Amino acid sequence: MDVLEKLTILTDAAKYDAACTSSGGNRTAKKGYIGNTSTSVAGCCHTFSADGRCVTLLKVLLTNKCVYDCKYCVNRRSNDTRRAAFTPQELAELTIQFYRRNYIEGLFLSSGVFRSPDYTTELMIQALRLLREQYRFNGYIHAKAIPGTAPELVEQLGLLADRLSVNIELPSEASLRTLAPDKTKNAILAPMRQIQTRNRQSREELVKYRHAPKFAPAGQSTQLIVGATPDSDFHILRLTQGLYDRYHLKRVFYSAYVPVVEHALLPARDVKPPLLREHRLYQADWLLRFYGFRAEELLDAQHPDFDPRVDPKCSWALAHPDFFPVEVNTADYESLLRIPGVGVTSARRILSARRAGPLHIDGLRKLGVVMKRAQYFLTASGKMPDGLRFTPDSLLRGLIAAERPLLPQQEAVQLSLFDSVG
Amino acid sequence: MTEMVYYYDGSFEGFLCCIFDSYANQEVLTAIYRDEDFIPTLFASRAIQTDRDHANRVLRKIVKCSPYTADLLRKGFLTCLPEKELHLYRLVVKLLRDGPGFLRNFSDETLHPVAKAVQHLMGEAHLLKGFVRFSELGGVLGSEIEPKNQVLPILRSHFCARYQNEKFFIYDRTHKEALFYASGKAVIRPLEDFQMAPPDETEASYRILWKRFYDTVAIKERYNPRCRMTNMPKRYWGTMTEFQGADYFKAQSSPAAASTPAAPGGISAPERHPGPGLSAPVSAP
Repeated sequence: MDVLEKLTILTDAAKYDAACTSSGGNRTAKKGYIGNTSTSVAGCCHTFSADGRCVTLLKVLLTNKCVYDCKYCVNRRSNDTRRAAFTPQELAELTIQFYRRNYIEGLFLSSGVFRSPDYTTELMIQALRLLREQYRFNGYIHAKAIPGTAPELVEQLGLLADRLSVNIELPSEASLRTLAPDKTKNAILAPMRQIQTRNRQSREELVKYRHAPKFAPAGQSTQLIVGATPDSDFHILRLTQGLYDRYHLKRVFYSAYVPVVEHALLPARDVKPPLLREHRLYQADWLLRFYGFRAEELLDAQHPDFDPRVDPKCSWALAHPDFFPVEVNTADYESLLRIPGVGVTSARRILSARRAGPLHIDGLRKLGVVMKRAQYFLTASGKMPDGLRFTPDSLLRGLIAAERPLLPQQEAVQLSLFDSVG
Repeated sequence: MTEMVYYYDGSFEGFLCCIFDSYANQEVLTAIYRDEDFIPTLFASRAIQTDRDHANRVLRKIVKCSPYTADLLRKGFLTCLPEKELHLYRLVVKLLRDGPGFLRNFSDETLHPVAKAVQHLMGEAHLLKGFVRFSELGGVLGSEIEPKNQVLPILRSHFCARYQNEKFFIYDRTHKEALFYASGKAVIRPLEDFQMAPPDETEASYRILWKRFYDTVAIKERYNPRCRMTNMPKRYWGTMTEFQGADYFKAQSSPAAASTPAAPGGISAPERHPGPGLSAPVSAP
């Protein structure tokens, strides 16, 4: 089997993993080595695939041979699919040559569980070590820690990679039991805890000793599958919040479940992936990380799922009319962030601009405020936009209309006068 | 104060001298043209000689008043903002007249167009950090880009740090200049014309591998070309490996050996250009 064929099989097997970011790394160029990590906070996208997702890393599996039988996964052992494995040399050569041509920002290495978690992790370590030490690669590496791996091996993996991730995949223990019988909650959380502890320890050491080894300097992330199990948005969001609070994750990714296999416990093959739901979860995720929201504010036991019509922030604003309108000339940063249509950048600009003079409605758009949404919720120097009249009902319609062009469109079907009916 | 049109040699120093001379002659500028863009008009006009000392004095003064404006000036000069010189000139005039306070207000009518243009420049440079595609030609990495803004000075430090042990060049088709880098030294030089040579076998094989990876990694059930276009506007596609036609993947020596790069289960990327033309050797800096 040649490299082209292996690449096809192992990319195809890895593509359902949502995480593909290169942010948070801080490797500066080193003499005699190739590469560095992106200096900007946001990472660097090298292309966007036909589904609109960012491609920044060479995302492949080391092998798609797997001893596990997770029902939702294309690589489960009972699935009749072609299997392949990269040799460490092939993988290192491919990474370096892609990197030199600026196709990629680094490597995302995951793997099926070949023989045992420990054995697989050893293979991954072998491949990464070759890449780092012989090929002198100094770019970004994201590696998967497989649940159930010995702590000593996770330790070695963390010293080679920039970011580690352990995928939770199924958001509750009950779902895990039915769909992924080989994994347990504890086996997943143990390496996460270890990575967090080691990462903090390595940061402390770096303060004291300049050349202390860095353990996963870009932190860790995880992925949750949305739509394969009956878990509610509220449950998923609370889990996310817990992960950010307790495990200090950099990111939680959501992956709308794409039915790849027929199984009685899973949605049927013809069910469309819940992309809008995934989108709403990402929006809420941003609210947790950058806007100071808590999961309990956005959803509760009575409303366990997001409103598909408006985004979570608008939804919160509609439920809290007493908080609005916010006066942009006097409100603090936290209150500004609560206004739909005001983001982190525009809130900072408002804070800065109002020190130079009072703000007026017509200047806000230039500051980056999305007035289509924000106009209903703010005043500037005591005034709302001229001629704006709305009732709670028309407000909701206005907000829905403002977001509609940004959402994935339903395929429109042209009605025909001449089609025979029935 | 009389109104006046200035024209200068097109360099950043020359532009700073326009500012210097407008103060020295007590004139208000209504337009600033490059020598080559200048059309004789009925308005009073003046040709400005570039003087390094004058340019440095202007720059020192601006840095003293507001280092941020100096940065805006350098970057703003690289943007594709129409009449950028006049916008930058007005920014300096306002800075010297009112002090740096107005710079806090992003929506200020003098600052806003410049800040927006710089944002566009930096955004384009950020995208190109990812979208530049190198091809290896006899040990040298070469690439072409077609940006709207003059991004090479912004891209320089990024690529020089990343590929410090390589030799590489980036050719800017729009502004007809190229960034050359070899053994720790980087220069940006004007280059009238450049055609990429066809690939050798190794290069062609990596192009095929990359295209295969690109076509395979997309999930069919999530196909969303609009989202892709929002994130990666079509004007960048012309120079990117994954959107080239079949000829681009054929090696020079054995044209028959190239297999079609379409992935069996993937989504084949649409083609943009029929492929690069004739070969011409790389001109060294």
